[in-house]
Amino acid sequence: MDLTLVVQGLLNGFLFGGVYSLMAVGLTLIFGVMRVVNFAHGDMMVWGMYLAWLASTRLGVDPYLGFLGCAAALFALGFATQRVLVNRIIDAPHEMQILLMLGVALVLENAALVAFGPDPVRVRSPLTAVTVWLGPIFVDVARLVTFGVAIVLTLALYLFLTKTDLGRSMRAAADNSYGALVIGTDVRRVYAVAFGIGAACVGAAGALVSPILPFSPSGGLTASVAAFNIVIIGGMGSLVGAFVGGLLVSVAESLGAVFLAPSLKELVSFSLLVLILLLRPAGLFGKSAA
Amino acid sequence: MSAALLAVRGLSKRFGGLQAIRDLSFDMAPGEVLGLIGPNGAGKTTAFNLISGFLVPDEGDVVFDDRSLVGLKPHAVCQVGLARTFQIVRPFPRLSVLDNVKIGALGRRPAMAAAREHARAVIARVGLESKMLAAAGALTLPERKRLELARALATEPRLLLLDEVMAGLNPTEIVAILGLIEGINRSGVSILLIEHNMRAVMSLSHRIVVISFGEKIAEGPPAAVANHPKVVEAYLGDAYVHAPQA
Amino acid sequence: MRVACALALAALLVLPLFLSSYAVTLFIFIFFYAYLGQAWNIVGGYAGQLSAGHAAFVGVGAYASAMLSMHAGLTPWIGMFIGGALSACLGVVIGYLGFRFGLRGFYFVLLTVAFAEICRIVALNTEATGGAQGLYIMFTGNPRQFQFQDNRVYYYVALGLMLGATGIAAWIERHRFGAYLSAIRDDEAAAEALGVDTFRYKMLAMTISSFLTGVGGTFYAFYLFSLQPNAVFGIPLSVEIIIRPIVGGAGTLLGPILGSFILSPLAEVSRAYFQAGGWSGAHLIMYGGLLIAVVLFLPQGAYPFIARHLRLGQR
Repeated sequence: MDLTLVVQGLLNGFLFGGVYSLMAVGLTLIFGVMRVVNFAHGDMMVWGMYLAWLASTRLGVDPYLGFLGCAAALFALGFATQRVLVNRIIDAPHEMQILLMLGVALVLENAALVAFGPDPVRVRSPLTAVTVWLGPIFVDVARLVTFGVAIVLTLALYLFLTKTDLGRSMRAAADNSYGALVIGTDVRRVYAVAFGIGAACVGAAGALVSPILPFSPSGGLTASVAAFNIVIIGGMGSLVGAFVGGLLVSVAESLGAVFLAPSLKELVSFSLLVLILLLRPAGLFGKSAA
Repeated sequence: MSAALLAVRGLSKRFGGLQAIRDLSFDMAPGEVLGLIGPNGAGKTTAFNLISGFLVPDEGDVVFDDRSLVGLKPHAVCQVGLARTFQIVRPFPRLSVLDNVKIGALGRRPAMAAAREHARAVIARVGLESKMLAAAGALTLPERKRLELARALATEPRLLLLDEVMAGLNPTEIVAILGLIEGINRSGVSILLIEHNMRAVMSLSHRIVVISFGEKIAEGPPAAVANHPKVVEAYLGDAYVHAPQA
Repeated sequence: MRVACALALAALLVLPLFLSSYAVTLFIFIFFYAYLGQAWNIVGGYAGQLSAGHAAFVGVGAYASAMLSMHAGLTPWIGMFIGGALSACLGVVIGYLGFRFGLRGFYFVLLTVAFAEICRIVALNTEATGGAQGLYIMFTGNPRQFQFQDNRVYYYVALGLMLGATGIAAWIERHRFGAYLSAIRDDEAAAEALGVDTFRYKMLAMTISSFLTGVGGTFYAFYLFSLQPNAVFGIPLSVEIIIRPIVGGAGTLLGPILGSFILSPLAEVSRAYFQAGGWSGAHLIMYGGLLIAVVLFLPQGAYPFIARHLRLGQR
């Protein structure tokens, strides 16, 4: 067993975990605040990737700067989705919410397909070619930067939720929406912002990943499943759980790639999902779902 | 062998660090109305959940007609003859009142026509005929309470567990439902009820069991229990235990 | 109402005499997807257990009967029941795991999607099933091999399937089984408290649904002659299956049929229109949009809406 390969796998997985964490944090925020499962999460990430690609190819903006724009655009999308669509069925039976988000996922994925075609693309960034060697291990600077930015964004979100009024309103609404209403919180606005932030997280994650991996519209489902895996392991609604879960899952997948054939990677992902679904219930840190 | 219809023996249940029910024991005779009272959070609904199979006890036994219910799923408990209602009513919102009650009736009358007939009779008995075809989701609270009662009654139970069936009703509605419950009991159904409305419980029950912090603190006829020092302490605090009686 | 149905049925029976081959094909797809939708309806509509992975059952049934025919010479008329049985086994596994472990709502949806995807990936990577290329069935036109020269025979087979599934759903609706399923759909705990063995009935619904869907897989295989993992196990097929009953009315008898009559022509039109412009997959956008619209404006689907208005008219 080549130890170098294993350590490399660990490192790559860990660095990539920042993105997974960011993606998962977005999903768990939406669930935690509204009890809505965003089936379109992965497809929103794909749009983040494509927006970064557009920015890069049409405007010459590097994704490591452009991710802010992607985050902003996805925020708008998430906000609008909640305000216009999800809000109307917030009190309806859960099946409705599932079907709604499935519909959104279908629209997003196939709009991307129509707009960009089915072939994988990749974003060029001057950072992608840079590597730093630490002895026999190399560090992809692109992954390092991605990791750093993801951590910063997650931290920013954490500060937002704990230090700002709006953030605290959000947590209040998450814990007890009726109570939050009673004390005067504009719960609908809080929900919309929460969805927006959740989407922004995954949009940023997409932009940050775009220089590292090739992507196509069909990647939406895979990304969603990865996000669900993480969030269910870490506990639906738990930010810490999503964060830690993201790192864990990424390292696990990376090590898995070292030992298994790449074509089975998706199989592992889905099988993991089945196992997690059966063995959960609340994950490592989470509240239980309704 | 006792003649008790229901025997709860040493029931205990813990949730994480909280001992919700501790060594709870009481008997119910056939035909009896037993009131289960206690301050909020005392564990009354937990006791119901333990008896009806929605929760599995850590220790103890629930014996119904000389048969242990522990480990039976709720539907099996119902089939054995013990029906329950929920504290927060749970109608089948998309189904009509008739279809709601029919679900209860189908347990002992698998044929749809027979079940429908029985359901109609039960609905008439609780006074909901005018709403027979209305969607359950459109009923008012008192109507939903009656529906909940009707559904459980349609399963032809020998023991009925009523969980705060009077909560949220105004005095007129309470009197009406009291009469209904009395009638049900007179027809041979034993009743175990959780209730906060003291007057109602006192007038309905043959005996009362008082629970506080998961433990039984008193048991006996209503009059005896009302003046029991431990009961007064549990509800009002020990400052009132020696207060002059009104 | 009965009269209307009888007339419609009579019309459908004689229609092939007047239709072009293209139109007959369109109707075949309407009937076939209505059939699959009705099969789904039993567990997804009546019992309210949303499954987004029913393509798994189509795939298992299709591959099973195809391979039995190709390698063992077994006639698909028997193969379809074996395929159905195998699909039912998968359904039992999924149902057992889901219901025993208390997976509800979106957790259950995820489980079904995961299983469908696992099947797809396994089929893609297994040589015996032809890998990514899939299986090609040779066209012989031999009725014993469930193949017919005349398109119109397929029309009647598909119509028969649709009527058969609808008959089963009607039986369920009229008996205790159906009443219990609708109770489970509305409130499982309340149903349990009333003596309904919710696990048992959900499993029954899942088994019947997956069996019927698996049988449909045989029709798929011997009508389309080509089986590819992405097509026959993929999410687009699962979406095709669920969208008709949802749009038409989940948990109603005529919902899947109405939904299919609405959607198949729509899909054809949009496919033709968008394909001309070089955009494939666009009809899925329409499906997504429709799902959203139905959830927001017509959550019970088209059939209950129409029924309510027709009844008002009759008063």
